[in-house]
Amino acid sequence: MTIRHHLSDQLLLGYSSGQLPEAFNLVVAVHLSLCDDCKARLGAFDAVGGSLMDACDSVAMSDDSLAATLARLEGAVAPPPPRRGTKTLPAPLMDYVGHDLAAVKWRSLGMGVRQAVLRTDKGASARLLYIPAGQKVPDHGHRGTELTLVLQGAFRDETDRFGPGDVEIANEELSHQPIAEAGEDCICLAATDAPLRFSGLLPRIAQPFFGI
Amino acid sequence: MVATETGQTTCRDALAQEEWGALILRVRDTQDRDAFAALFRHFAPRIKGFLMKSGATATLAEECAQDVMATLWQKAHLFDPSRASAATWIFTIARNRRIDALRKSRRPEPEDLPWGPEAEPDQQEALELAQETERLSEAVALLPEKQRELIERAYFGDLSHSEIATETGLPLGTIKSRIRLALDRLRHSMS
Ligand SMILES: [Zn+2]
Repeated sequence: MTIRHHLSDQLLLGYSSGQLPEAFNLVVAVHLSLCDDCKARLGAFDAVGGSLMDACDSVAMSDDSLAATLARLEGAVAPPPPRRGTKTLPAPLMDYVGHDLAAVKWRSLGMGVRQAVLRTDKGASARLLYIPAGQKVPDHGHRGTELTLVLQGAFRDETDRFGPGDVEIANEELSHQPIAEAGEDCICLAATDAPLRFSGLLPRIAQPFFGI
Repeated sequence: MVATETGQTTCRDALAQEEWGALILRVRDTQDRDAFAALFRHFAPRIKGFLMKSGATATLAEECAQDVMATLWQKAHLFDPSRASAATWIFTIARNRRIDALRKSRRPEPEDLPWGPEAEPDQQEALELAQETERLSEAVALLPEKQRELIERAYFGDLSHSEIATETGLPLGTIKSRIRLALDRLRHSMS
């Protein structure tokens, strides 16, 4: 898999410092599972966090805290098996949708497009989108930020082509009409921190279409 | 390197970071309680300070700092000194605990990289990463006041994600390349 569209520094710093809403964290964690470049960049941001924590004024722990913590430790802990997913369903996504993309409870949105909303905290919403090969998604703009990560297949819009592992970061300036490429059906993980804005006559159709 | 009130800085030894890392490996390999106690005495008060700066009460911060140290014991097998210094790794545990405690929200984490004995990093790699981490700490301490303040506010949970600057001005290139090499080695040993 050749990933061409990566996470921004802004997203990585947000993830490292723990400031992103859960839905964005999910997209970031899925991309990180597929991309060692971004994983290394995140490691650098984590190092900044570590050095800030290490330089923090320390606050004394209570007298019995070490003894209390030692008492909680058990002997050798058998390491749990590593969390492994697949290319189309990396481990962090499995925690939300189970072990089989085919078993996801899709809701039909018409024109063959399906979605499954994932449960996350209220700062942003996350969903899986299933777009049949060659199918268009209604033209829309964004009030906030929309992250779209391709799990399978590919889509194109006015800006570029997005294949497996790629993340499109769309902000208020971008109004786009994604089209799934011919060939394989496209499955994406998408997260938004504000409702989408649909242009033209579509809004009334499109708003319930997306369920957001 | 620690910035003091007068703006002066004092150097800490990169070796120190590496030695903390070696203590975590002793916890991992022999469940060494003395090593754990030494780590606790150094890191627990800093974790507590970090959490209080992030808005936790003293009681909550104390409780969470204990949890973080207990997690260190349980997850020591995941510590890789060629990819993260001791402070970096402990920071990630403390940050996750903070999200859990203060935001009561789930934290999706990337997939683990499994590794066998052949993937064990050598000491040289760990030392170089520790040195690189130390250089980065120095660079952060020397950032212009305003910029450093923004970075600190981000890490102490005082900025919303949309307020986070797109340009951080942080010199992250070298440490990133070093971690990337360590990941390559890991992937190579897996295949
Ligand atoms: Zn990437």
